[in-house]
Parts: sequence; C-alpha cells; structure tokens
Amino acid sequence: MLNRYPLWKNLLILAVIGLAFVFAMPNLYAPDPAVQISGESSAMELDQAVLDRATKALEEAGIEHFGETVNPKNALIRLHSSDDQLPAKRTIQRALGDSFVVALNMASTTPDWLRSLGAGPMKLGLDLSGGVHFLMEVDTASAIAKRQESSLTEFKSKLREERIRYVSVEFTEAGAIEGVFRSAEDRDAAAAIFRKEFQDLTRESVDNEDGTFTVKATFSETAIREIENYAVQQNLTTLRNRVNELGVSEPIVQRQGRNRIVVELPGVQDTAEAKRVIGKTANLEFRLEAKPSDLVTNKESFEFRSELDQRRFGNAELERALIISGDHVSGAQSSFDPETNQPQVNINLDSAGGTKMHRATRSNVGRRMGVLFIEYKTRLDRTTNAAGEEVVTPRQIVEKKVISLATIQSALGVQFRITGLDNVAEASELALLLRSGALAAPMYFVEERTIGPSLGAENIAVGVLSVQIAFALVLIFMLAYYKVFGIAANIALAVNVVLLAACMSMLGATLTLPGIAGIVLTVGMAVDANVLIFSRIKEELANGLPTQSAINAGYERAFTTILDANITTLIVAVILYAIGTGPVKGFAVTLSLGILTSMFTAIMVSRMIANFIYGGRNVKKVWI
Amino acid sequence: MESNKVINFMGTRLIATLFSALLLLGSVGSLVVNGLNFGLDFTGGLQVEVEYEHKADLEQIRSTLSEAGYVNVVVVNFGSDEDVLIRMQLDFKDGIGEEVLRHLTAVEEGEITLKRVEYVGPQVGEELRDQGGIGMLFALVVVMAYVAMRFQWKFAVAAVAALAHDVIIVLGFFSILGVGFDLSVLAAILAVVGYSLNDTIVVFDRIRENFPVLRKTESVDVVNVSLTQTLDRTLVTSGTTLIVLVVLYMYGGELLSGFSSALLVGIVIGTYSSIYVASNLLLGLNIVKEDLMPPVKEGAEVDEMP
Repeated sequence: MLNRYPLWKNLLILAVIGLAFVFAMPNLYAPDPAVQISGESSAMELDQAVLDRATKALEEAGIEHFGETVNPKNALIRLHSSDDQLPAKRTIQRALGDSFVVALNMASTTPDWLRSLGAGPMKLGLDLSGGVHFLMEVDTASAIAKRQESSLTEFKSKLREERIRYVSVEFTEAGAIEGVFRSAEDRDAAAAIFRKEFQDLTRESVDNEDGTFTVKATFSETAIREIENYAVQQNLTTLRNRVNELGVSEPIVQRQGRNRIVVELPGVQDTAEAKRVIGKTANLEFRLEAKPSDLVTNKESFEFRSELDQRRFGNAELERALIISGDHVSGAQSSFDPETNQPQVNINLDSAGGTKMHRATRSNVGRRMGVLFIEYKTRLDRTTNAAGEEVVTPRQIVEKKVISLATIQSALGVQFRITGLDNVAEASELALLLRSGALAAPMYFVEERTIGPSLGAENIAVGVLSVQIAFALVLIFMLAYYKVFGIAANIALAVNVVLLAACMSMLGATLTLPGIAGIVLTVGMAVDANVLIFSRIKEELANGLPTQSAINAGYERAFTTILDANITTLIVAVILYAIGTGPVKGFAVTLSLGILTSMFTAIMVSRMIANFIYGGRNVKKVWI
Repeated sequence: MESNKVINFMGTRLIATLFSALLLLGSVGSLVVNGLNFGLDFTGGLQVEVEYEHKADLEQIRSTLSEAGYVNVVVVNFGSDEDVLIRMQLDFKDGIGEEVLRHLTAVEEGEITLKRVEYVGPQVGEELRDQGGIGMLFALVVVMAYVAMRFQWKFAVAAVAALAHDVIIVLGFFSILGVGFDLSVLAAILAVVGYSLNDTIVVFDRIRENFPVLRKTESVDVVNVSLTQTLDRTLVTSGTTLIVLVVLYMYGGELLSGFSSALLVGIVIGTYSSIYVASNLLLGLNIVKEDLMPPVKEGAEVDEMP
C-alpha cells in the first residue's frame, strides 16, 4: 500500500527521536555558579574539615551557598548567583591559605539518571561562557638548534673516545656538522660513528683537493620534523600539567598547526595569574661549587637570585659540568623547614637522576652545591625590512641565577630539599614549575583574548532570542503556505533542532556564537528539503496524478535532488571544518551536523507524519 | 498554479548577462581600488570594550585617545548607547586595557567599566586568510568534481562559475561599503557558497531530469520549463532563509551583524544567480539534449529507426 511505513520503520524513527530528546535534555538544566577548591599539588587530598572551613568563612561573609560536595581531589560549593562567585573565591582563598587552589566553576545540574546514561549538556565556547584564550607559539627553531648542538658535542666526545684525530669539527651555515680529517681512514671511522650513533643524519663523504678528507652530516627534513613534533608535544604535556594546576574546569590545550598551541581557560578572568603560570619557562640545574684551583674554562660565575644574597656574597662560582637538570625531577612540594621556619622545596628525583645525584654528592661531602634557576624570557625585536614593513622577531634571553648554595651534609639520593628561597610564594611557584615539567623549547604568546562572563551571558541571550524568533516565524510561514503538510514540516523542523542539540551534546562539540548562527541558518535552510518535496507534490497533483501517487512521487522524486544538493553543501562544510579554526570551525560543525539531521527529519520524519495523516486511505483532496 | 504556463526566463538572458557583468566589474574594480576593510582578525590589533554609565560621547573618546597618542583608532557603539567598542592597531602588552581606561576616566564624570580586552595577532590573521583562500579553492575543486561525476562536466563548470560570481559580488559589496571584514564574515561567505550551490544544484537537477523526457528540441525551452517548475521552491526557500537572517540581523547583536548582512546579500545574489547566471552559463556552454541522453546500446537505437 502506498504511503505506509512498515511498523518497524515507524518504531525506528520514533526511537531515534526519543533518544534525541533524552540526550538533548541536559541542555535544559542551567548550571549553578560554583567555586571549586583543589589542593595545590595533585597529591594533596581534601576532606570534610577543609570544606567546613570554607563554608564557615562564607557564612561569616554572608554569602549564601548550597550543595557542597567533597572528594579527595576537589571540593565544590554551589552559589545562587554568579555575582557571588568572585567574593566567594576571595573569601575562601583567604580562609584556606595558599596551599589550596580556588577557582570559579559552573556546576552541572543534570539529574543523575541522565548522567548515568552518559548524557551531558553542550560545552559552551569561550565567547559564551567567558574566559581567556591564549595562542602560544613554540620556538621550534631553538629546539632544533639545541639538538644540533648536542649532536655536535656528542660527536666530538665520541671521536675523542675512539681516539680519532680531527682537524676541525664544526657547524656549517646550512646546519650540517662538518668534520675535517687528515686521512681517509680517520674520516671513514668518523663516518662509521655517524652511521651507528646518529641514524637520523644523512652523511656525505668528500675527498678535498688540499689533501684533507671531509664528512658532512645533515639533519634530514623528516628528522627536523620529528624534533619539532617532539618539542611541541612535550610543551603540550607540560602546559596541560600547568593548566591543571590552575584548577580550571574543562580547559582546552590543543595543538594548532605546526608549532602553535591554543590554551582556553573558561571562567578564568585573572589573565595575569594564568599567564604567569602557563607562560613561565623555567628549569633548574644542580652544579657543584667550583674549587678555587679549577681552570677558568671549567667554571662559570653566576649572580644570586635574591638581592640580599647578592649583596652579602657576591657572585657564586660553579662548575661548568652539571650534576642533573630539572628534567629528572619527578615531584616537588613546598613546605617549611621545621627548624628555621624558612620556606623550602622538597624534591623527588627519578631513579636515573637519583643515581647521578648520589654518585656526585657521595664523593663531595663538605663541598657546596649550587641550585641554578634558569628562566627563558622572550623579547620581541622590531626591525624594518627592505620593503619598509615592520618585522617582529622573537628573541630568547636566558637568565641563570643561583637560588641556593648549600653545603652537602651527606650523600643525597632521590629525595632532598632546596632551601634559601625568599618567601612562601616563591617556594610554591618553584615547586609548581618543577612538578609541571620542563619545556622542550621556549614559547611565547602570539594572541590573547579575554571575554567577560556577563558578555558571555549576553551572547547566549541574544543567540537564544534570535533562534526563537526566527524559528517561530518560519513555523508560521510554513503552516500558512503548506497547510496540512506545513504541520509535518514544522514537526520535522522541531525534531531537527532537538536532534542537532542531541548530536552536539553527544559528540561533545563546543557551542559558540557562530555556532548559534549556524543553527539559525540551519533552521532557515532545513525547510528546503520539505519545500522541494511539497512543491513536487503540488506539481504532480497539477499533472493529474491521484493523491496517494502524488504524495509518493513527491517524496520519491525529490530525494535525489535533496541528496545532490545537500552533499555538495556538506562537502563545503566539511572542508570548512578541516581548514577552519575558531569561529569558522564552530560554524562548520553546526552546519554539517544540521545538514545531516535535516536530511533525516525532512525525508523520514516528515514523511512519517504525512503517512499518519494521509497514508493508506482513499483521499480525495490533499490540502496543500 | 497553472502548470503549462512557462515563464520565459531566458528571454532576458542578455540583460542578465549585462547586469552580472556590471556587478562583477564594479566588484572587481572596488576590490582592486579600495580592497577589503580587513578587521582585527586579519590585521591584528587591540579591541577594548567599555561600558559608560550614561550615553557615551564617541567624538570625545576619539579625541581623547588620539591625544593620548593612539593611532588608527576606531570607536563605535556596540549594542547600546552606553557600550563602546574601541579598535586600534596596536601591539600587545600587559595592562593595556587598564591604560586605555585610565585615559578615558580622566575626562569622564561617571564610572566606566572595562568589559573586554582582546588582542588578535596579525600573523594569525595572515595564516587564516591564506588558509581561507586555499580552503575555498579546494572546496570549489571538490564540488566541481562531484557535480561533474553526478551530472556532466558542463554543469560542473557552470555551477562553479556561478559560485565564483556570487562570492566576488558579495566581496565587492563589502569592499564598496567598506564594512569590516572579519572571520565571521568569512564564515558567512563560505555559507553563501553552500547555499548558492544548493540552489543551483536543485535547478540543474530539474534540467537534467527534463532534457530526456521533454519533447522540446531547443535547450532554451528546457531550461525555461525547468526554471518555472522550480521557481516556487526557489522563492519559498530563499524566503524562509531570508526571514531567519533578517531576525539574526535585527536581534543577533553587533557580533553577528557582519555575518548576517553578508549572508543576506549572498542569498539574494545566490537566488538570482541560480536562476539567471547558472542556467545562462549552461546555455553558453551549449548544452544539448545529447549531453544528457543515457548512453544507449547501438542495437537498440537501430531498432527504433523507422
């Protein structure tokens, strides 16, 4: 029989619609403004006592709160209004002290049964939720240079180990390592070292006319790409750790392109604090104090970090060779020295670092060991090029200063502490930097955006309002123009919006303002498929086809048109998604999902409704 | 609707060609002479949003800031009389928002609130501009391949040429009016590509369907019949989309105004081009019945000979 779906098909469509409603539902529950408390280090556990202290402070300050929860990792206190968030944060921070991180958060109010199904609300983009956006560029060139330099040093020491004599070993302009030898045998032995130890280098041997012999090793394009990738990846991990330390809910730390990293911190308003923590590039080096008898080439002179120490002691002389660097640090906590009540940092090393530290300190008890704090800073140099354009080039400055110079009392192992820090804040910052790991290459900020929370709320209000008005107008128009079929189209359209919301929630797509624009546009364009079908039905009726056949022909014949038209648009949307960033991407996501869902609703859902109304009966006249 | 009445769209072919040519010429000319007024997304710079207690005096803000030594300052109302958006080409540094605010509060009686400080790096803009351009080209190539595969190469060429026509005219519109061209406008233009393509394909689909079945011999007649048949749908869809965009333009706030105006222009142009430009081009490429006849076996053809 024409225009009847089999039962299974109807049930299937209804099931999809039902699921869509369930998964779209969490978006109806507005999240509560909240304050989140977490320990300063990930090892720290929170308990009821901490929460009680925080709530007591809030009560004293007269800030209303409810729905407190605590688990070992963090505590959450819900507030009635987002205006209370900042005062509440300040109050709690003052009450708990610096060993806790207090951050603004939005607490989900999705009922448990929905959450147990894995349903959650759509994530809101920064433009809707407020927060900061940073774009950072990793200076991969310096990572490559560092790697090349270390290869050069390593190669030289290998040559010395193997007792191969060389005329010169140095860098060429093109970034190759060039070794010049007196005999072909020496050169070939050196080439063998390259082959064995430096497999990512491509070698080339030349017999020079002046009787010397050269081997030249260059980093291949793939090797350089690998170094770059490693540097960006390592920085990404480090940044993630640092951002986690900030206690922000749902941060985004993402690689973008070849050497850029995007950091988005929803809810964060204090840009300076965020920048200080994530932008910091620091490392430590542990070195023995040089003996007065040491050769000048083996020692280096450094200033103290604290001005007081600098005035008291003057520069410190340290050995050039380092015992270990900060890369071997696996854990660090700030605390107080029980005897002097001075701030200190307790350090844990990994096993390789522990072994090296033990070996170096065992034979040097009584000597002093210096802890060197290394900070990479970026200066932007401005020059004008030949074309008269201003060119900004980032320049790295390395600052090395001594934090502490302490006598080694006994052999150190995997655990020891650093004293000599100025204050608690410095101790906790150093601990944080050591914990969150070292950066493989320096980074600098390319872009910064802050969006206020009230502006975000305004954006949402504006977006929702325009969706509602547009939606209502389209519904009225369709009903007036297509009458009974207008009902089918309108139900399909409503299902389409729900389905779109469900898809976005399930995929964890982020809703942005351009995304809302995409939804609005989808609403406008989603009727197209139905319009195609209905105008076809009208045509077929005018051609004299009986009603049931006309309806059937309308849906059947319009199908290929809908398919071709939507696939071409989908191609554009997918390409947009692939190349786009930020707003373009947000728009592309909603547009492409919207095309898919509108195809389903316009073809299947609308037909199902048309079937319910007209299908399987003897209909004289279709009201269209 | 009378089904046998065919509107002679292609009767005005020449006028349409002339009209399109004029629009294109004007757009390209303006693009060459004026260029596009690239927003901060592309040029890089600082964007500060402040809220005054009373109606803000834009002229005063402008003079205050230029006296303070800022260059290329653009001051506009943003949403309401109290909200002001200040844009300038300035390099990023910490605390710049507060600095601007200090200059403003010095000459203003009431309270001024700093709502947003945004810095956009120029390099990013350049990269995105290149990416956007390459992306658009790539999209066109893929679309062309798809249409050539599903239809026939003449359709692919006509569809893509019509698209280029639309994009150039929308760009020209922005160039002539000097409206800020930012990323959301770029997104809108890409949406225009999607929409106009959608429209063109619907018309082409009908032409493809009609060629083998209609007994008309003249291609122009087939195109006219197809356009008439799809006119109802073309107008309804453009209508609903325009309703939505007008709402977006009116209520979507300043942030979406560029987006919605680009799309409004794009959809009007896209609708016009799917009727007059795409089909016109198809005729220009000398599309004939044989282009769309399903390949028939030689024997069958002989059998039908009288």
